[in-house]
Amino acid sequence: MIRFKEFTYRYPNQVNPALDSINLGIPDGQFLGVVGPNGAGKSTLCYALAGFVPHFFHGSLAGGVYIGKLDVQQSTLGELAGEVGLVFQNPFNQISGARFTVREEIAFGLENLGLVRKEIERRIEEALEIIGLEEVANRSPFALSGGQQQRVAIASILAMQPRLLVLDEPTSQLDPQSTQEVFRILEKLARRGGTTVVLVEHKLEWLASFVDRVIVLSEGRVVLDGKPIKILADEELKKIGVGQTQYSLAATAVKKKNLVPKSKSLPVTLKQAQSFFK
Amino acid sequence: MKLTLEHVTFTYPTGVRALDGINLAIKSGELAALVGENGAGKTTLVKMLNGLLRPQEGKVTVGGWNTADFSTAELASRVGFLFQNPDEQLFERTVRREIAFGPSNQGFPARKVASRTKAALETVELADSADQNPYDLEPFERKLLALAATLAMETPVLVLDEPSIGQDAAGRHRISRILKELHKRGRTILLISHDLDFCAENAERAIVMAHGHILADGTTADVFSQTDTLLKAAVFPPQLIRLAQTLKMSANPLTISQFVSAYAKWRNRKKKL
Repeated sequence: MIRFKEFTYRYPNQVNPALDSINLGIPDGQFLGVVGPNGAGKSTLCYALAGFVPHFFHGSLAGGVYIGKLDVQQSTLGELAGEVGLVFQNPFNQISGARFTVREEIAFGLENLGLVRKEIERRIEEALEIIGLEEVANRSPFALSGGQQQRVAIASILAMQPRLLVLDEPTSQLDPQSTQEVFRILEKLARRGGTTVVLVEHKLEWLASFVDRVIVLSEGRVVLDGKPIKILADEELKKIGVGQTQYSLAATAVKKKNLVPKSKSLPVTLKQAQSFFK
Repeated sequence: MKLTLEHVTFTYPTGVRALDGINLAIKSGELAALVGENGAGKTTLVKMLNGLLRPQEGKVTVGGWNTADFSTAELASRVGFLFQNPDEQLFERTVRREIAFGPSNQGFPARKVASRTKAALETVELADSADQNPYDLEPFERKLLALAATLAMETPVLVLDEPSIGQDAAGRHRISRILKELHKRGRTILLISHDLDFCAENAERAIVMAHGHILADGTTADVFSQTDTLLKAAVFPPQLIRLAQTLKMSANPLTISQFVSAYAKWRNRKKKL
């Protein structure tokens, strides 16, 4: 179980807290989606789980974040590295710059975990295959397209097999099929491997289809929390600034024209939309 | 300003053939979306337009200029470029100086630079952050800053690589509004995006790329309803078209209002049956 207990955090020189009295429990093996407008605290939540808050960003905090019995803010980044994996929003910032090839880049984290050579090699090949990077395995991570770099960033963390996997908009530069593929991989890790997955995403349609639960952040607080099809259909989302799927927007528009009863709840997936409109 | 690519090929030193004989003509004032899988050659193609890359075979023209005869600095007066990753184009100490860099580098007088900077700041709604360091901004704000710096150049051609990345609902809406305004003013715009819902709302023409080739090119409604072709390029039709197809409506709606009127007709027809 992962727990935020009355967690409040301020970046240095900031008046308003980036996260404000967060109380949140995430059971092991849950696939959690995090949405919210820009500046709501989504990335900060990721950093708090990985210990970058406060170890890298400093600032002031109250309360705590716990991964099982491990107190994240009291642990060193080294102690956390084996427990939590964070995929950065911008892959360029994550790639070490100390390695010449994609294969070596994936090895970087594994070497730091102190794994034996054979195991490192096995995990690299596995990660390359899962993420579909075999073709570029011997190229420099910096000679790749944005989408391919983002795949390297994901593969490097997957290979470390953390108990808690945190991803900050990991599909922003991926084409739609690769995006769907990443969601599938994450779902599988959570369902079969028992990995806890925390995913920040703007792509609501895929969230609705894949995650177990969605929380909505606004101004550093959790304002909505529940099943994705319920939360993502909530009329409040618009006010919070999260946006809605095209299905929900189309449904709202036809309700306004009295083509469909106003009482019908909004669809967020294609399947729901099909039954809503038929 | 008209753009043409004739039989353009480009192979990277790694051996990757990013463009394999591309033929493409963009009319003056057109707003076209370029979509397709990662590594399809989209970014390579647009880098041809301002001379960041040069064709190894074939010819690229920008408003009649053969790019082979002009430097990137010269081409920059015609083609504004928003990079996919804004951090690759930001380097100044303040937001204001960042935006002013382009026009002042083009040799415009100080007063003109100042007025353009002010206008661009207001367009992207970053006026309150004018004196901040670009790297103190949030990533989504840096994308908006890079966009402002591109707008301040007031080039007839704009290449926008993934402008809606990382933006929330309000940010997407703002960028749509900016695109519509630029389109109205007759700018020629090439938009690269994986967000087909965003492209559907904004672009009048769509070009699908895969493996250095163009797979489809035409009106957005027509191209975005070619599901099989889109799948070959690792993209899905936009949500509204997928829904219309699932319901077996004969329309290819790109916007909510198009969907609503097509839906009303479809329901009437169903009732009569």
